[in-house]
Amino acid sequence: MCLAIPARITAIDPTGATATVALGEVSRECSLALIEDAAVGDYVLMHVGYALNRISPQEAQQTLALMREAGVLTDAGG
Amino acid sequence: MKYIDEFRDQHLARGLAGAIAAAAHPTRQYRLMEFCGGHTHAIFRYGVADLMPANVRFIHGPGCPVCVLPMTRIDHAIALATAHGVTLCTYADLMRVPAGERRSLLKAKAAGADIRMIYSTADALRIARADPERQVVFFAIGFETTTPPTAVAAKAARAEGLKNFSIFCNHVLTPPALRTILATAGPDGVQLDGILGPSHVSTVIGSRPYEFVPAAFGKPIVIAGFEPLDVMQSALMLIRQLNDGRCEVENQYTRAVTLEGNRKAQALMAEVFRPRETFEWRGLGFLPDSALRLADDYADLDAERRFPVAIGEVREVKGCECPAILRGVKEPTDCKLFGTVCTPDNPMGSCMVSSEGACAAYWSYGRFRKVEG
Repeated sequence: MCLAIPARITAIDPTGATATVALGEVSRECSLALIEDAAVGDYVLMHVGYALNRISPQEAQQTLALMREAGVLTDAGG
Repeated sequence: MKYIDEFRDQHLARGLAGAIAAAAHPTRQYRLMEFCGGHTHAIFRYGVADLMPANVRFIHGPGCPVCVLPMTRIDHAIALATAHGVTLCTYADLMRVPAGERRSLLKAKAAGADIRMIYSTADALRIARADPERQVVFFAIGFETTTPPTAVAAKAARAEGLKNFSIFCNHVLTPPALRTILATAGPDGVQLDGILGPSHVSTVIGSRPYEFVPAAFGKPIVIAGFEPLDVMQSALMLIRQLNDGRCEVENQYTRAVTLEGNRKAQALMAEVFRPRETFEWRGLGFLPDSALRLADDYADLDAERRFPVAIGEVREVKGCECPAILRGVKEPTDCKLFGTVCTPDNPMGSCMVSSEGACAAYWSYGRFRKVEG
């Protein structure tokens, strides 16, 4: 029920109410009613046809860096 | 796909598994409750449980809206479609959930009721617009993740003056359920050391509403994403908190969750809904202020007011352990019905139906684990 998938905004309609998003090779309509200042190229979490939030690319990179670091530290420690 | 594949990377998973094994003290227990069914499924689907040392255990929480919905509410929905003859629009998750006397929405549909599976609240509005003569009811269910889209639909129906659209509201709130689990934890209830906090619920409500977890119950909580590496990193963060004697709200899912959450979505929910005095949860009983109804300003869109329905007492299926499983007190394999009379093809309880239910996760990915182990 709470599943949401990362989708990339490929176009925004002139009213700003809905966007076309890409989920891999699949294209879908997505409501922008729940977020503000969406822009083409943004990644959003899509849930039951609505963008719930934007995904922060910086935070995602930082999370992956922390994950790498955790593994490296263990290897170094034996 | 971006933001999915990299969070399922096996090399990173191996590194995290090593870090967890190194961090977990062999002399102590780490009993971690993953609140959400989404976490439960990630844990089983990707074999995360098997990457943990024996003293790091996942306990499955009640975070599955379909599972915690009492059978009377499904019966209520069936009565809307049969006795009142409305067109009932529902998310597909609910179609096979058992109601009283082995009823279900799917069986009611097969018997002729107009019940339609929809993907989005926008579909329900479209169905209502297409046939103004028919009453269309949207069966609204879900935690704070799924509530804002219902609020948008209510506002759209109001703005358009759609007279034949209404909402059967079953939205529930996460923090009261978590509070109940923690308040009943202990020797007589579930024993746990830390919480993996909700993922997409928290994108909406933020991480602040969980401050009561360390403050009132002395347990650490880490808001955790739904991908397998998110779950593993969150487990590591909890283990480190427990080792350090810290007890905090930490956020692992920073790419989508902030302290404040999505304020626009929160404002929409606050406008359209009000807390119910009490609401029944399967397994947890009646919990005060744990669910939402339509606000008085939107009462004309409330299907419970528009179509009176009286539902008597509904008996649980004998032997079904869903209630204890939802509290984390029992595991699916503790249930006599599991895998014998109760399977996804012929479910006796909601936990076997929902794609987020613990029984469905065990059945799909883990039913032979103990045999092979």
